[in-house]
Amino acid sequence: MNFFRFIIGSIKIILQGNKTYYAWLIFLLLLILWGGFGYLGQLSEGLIKTHMRDSVSWAFYIGNFTFLVGVAAAAVMLVIPAYVYNWKPIKEIVIFGELLAVCAVIMCISFIVVDIGNPLRFWHMLPLIGTMNFPSSMLSWDFFVLIIYLLINSIVVTYLLYCTFYKKEYNKSIVLPLVLFSIPMAVAIHTITAFLYNALPTRIFWNSALLAPRFLASAFCSGPAILLILFQILRKTTKFEIKDEAIWRIAELMVYAMFIYLFFTIAELFKEFYSGTEHILYWKYLLFGIGDNKEIIVYSWSSIIMGFIAFLLFLIPKTRKNFLTLNIGAVLIYASVYVEKGIALIIPGFTPDVLGQIYVYTPSMTEIRTAVMIFSVGFLLFTFLSKIAIAIVFDDYNIDSLNQKRKRK
Amino acid sequence: MKKENSRRSFLKNISLATFSALALSGCDMKAIDEFLQQNFRTLSKKEIDEIIKNLEAKYKRKYGKEFHVSAKPAIEGTLFGYALDLSRCIGCRRCVYACVKENNQSREPQIHWIQVLQMEKEKGIDFAHSNVQYNPEKVPEKGHFYLPVQCQQCRNPQCVTVCPVKATWQEPDGIVVVDYNWCIGCRYCMAACPYGARHFNWGEPNVPVEEINTEMHYLGNRPRMKGVVEKCTFCIQRTREGKYPSCVEICPVGARKFGNLLDPDSEVRYILENKRVIVLKQELNTQPKFYYFFGI
Repeated sequence: MNFFRFIIGSIKIILQGNKTYYAWLIFLLLLILWGGFGYLGQLSEGLIKTHMRDSVSWAFYIGNFTFLVGVAAAAVMLVIPAYVYNWKPIKEIVIFGELLAVCAVIMCISFIVVDIGNPLRFWHMLPLIGTMNFPSSMLSWDFFVLIIYLLINSIVVTYLLYCTFYKKEYNKSIVLPLVLFSIPMAVAIHTITAFLYNALPTRIFWNSALLAPRFLASAFCSGPAILLILFQILRKTTKFEIKDEAIWRIAELMVYAMFIYLFFTIAELFKEFYSGTEHILYWKYLLFGIGDNKEIIVYSWSSIIMGFIAFLLFLIPKTRKNFLTLNIGAVLIYASVYVEKGIALIIPGFTPDVLGQIYVYTPSMTEIRTAVMIFSVGFLLFTFLSKIAIAIVFDDYNIDSLNQKRKRK
Repeated sequence: MKKENSRRSFLKNISLATFSALALSGCDMKAIDEFLQQNFRTLSKKEIDEIIKNLEAKYKRKYGKEFHVSAKPAIEGTLFGYALDLSRCIGCRRCVYACVKENNQSREPQIHWIQVLQMEKEKGIDFAHSNVQYNPEKVPEKGHFYLPVQCQQCRNPQCVTVCPVKATWQEPDGIVVVDYNWCIGCRYCMAACPYGARHFNWGEPNVPVEEINTEMHYLGNRPRMKGVVEKCTFCIQRTREGKYPSCVEICPVGARKFGNLLDPDSEVRYILENKRVIVLKQELNTQPKFYYFFGI
């Protein structure tokens, strides 16, 4: 009963808002509709509406999935520096980090659902009622850890908000172990996602031990970029207090991550290009194209250039401490990692294919619309959840405000 | 075992109840049964017979022909192996089309279980410089040789390891099969296969009614649906009845040999003993039962 009233309170929060809020909601709903009709076409005619074919059998969808696993992981890993450097609003950082993680994992699972040929048979993957191939298949592992991660984060964040809503002190012996457990789980979801690709000896482009470390490093670039911007918005519009130093510190940590990512990639490139075996083909396709097939290099180079600019902006103290250039850098690194994970990671795994044939892949309109649909749903969910969190945590929206309103009526 | 069954039927009942509640509109029970059908390997003999009876009736309704769907299990003491003579193959692709016809592969969108690669003699077996789209007036072309690739029926199949739902497995006679009713269409097996042997039904498969092969095996050439993976099964519907795969029968130059690896007098065993064979991508440790040799 108590929980029911918490839900009622939360629904009331998301229904109230100013014009900008409603405009934002309508904008997202329009995008969902536009994307949704694209996805309907795929549902009725099959994945033939995408540009994937037997040669390139995984592409943009699974790339988006991989990117979002990174976002989900990094959002929670940010709790470590918040704790180490003793940033004041640690509870708030945990709440918003975990909310972001919850939304990102839901988007991940959506990208898997739209990517499989028979979404209705999804239950075959579940333990007990289906025949989950555990522990052999890395996909079962990945699904398994993602579900656990989603559960932990939803439980913690709901519990924290619920306690604040009822003006109760939260039970540290429940929250602390769960938060501490969610941190290694964050590492686990991204590592296992890397292993998903890494485990395929025939896909030479992915069969490098550096894949998982590179995944983690790139996640530490893209995930905090979102929170960096979110924290600034919260600071301006609510009572949320976070010092400039803390924001600059996040940026500093992102520079380290970018540097490590760059170093790993250069090590990989050196090995491939200096040894010059036939394995070099995939990197060649990614960076320069093979023969006349150069369609993909737009993606790879735009990702590299955006990444480099962001790296410089974050590296130079003057531009790091200027909020305009800092935010430009955050957007650039986010976009860079998105293109890298979305296209540049997946496609060279399949081109040239295992029999040496080249099928040129770029995403189809249906794939783009479906991705827009999922991202809009994710943003909508994140908007709702943050609005609830802001009202409860910063605007003292609680059980009394719910009761008072009822009395007034 | 009994406990297992009761648990399964309990879960089945629960999901049935939920599903029927969801599908109030009253879509027919057959579709619901098909939706709830379990993994082929967990079905009892009785359940399989029932499913096959329904399938035959369904195909008859759909195509207006009599169908025979077999679920014949592996014959004890057989382990099928294949040998292909690279020095004889002329790249005519008759095997490709015989396979399409025998195994009811979709014509549009087009699915070919056998890919024939044209390679340059000077380069040897070099996939990166091979061409699958060759299209001259006459084959063989000067300076080239041909390497047909289909499922290599690995002893250590990567595709089976990675499948998240156990929808594909190796039968006791060594054939790797797919349960089309259980495959969720995630295509992880296609990413894992080193030979490009797995093919996906990207759209609704389409086989002309007059060309459909009515002799079928449940795990083989029965019509597939949109969104599932399919592959070469060594013509399971033929080879378990003691016949040759259709690619072996059609080959005009006799480059394709097939037999039981456990039978010391079989032709494949003769080839393994008296010719020198190679397997593709041996470094990946997939251990194929599909051998290539040079007969001349």
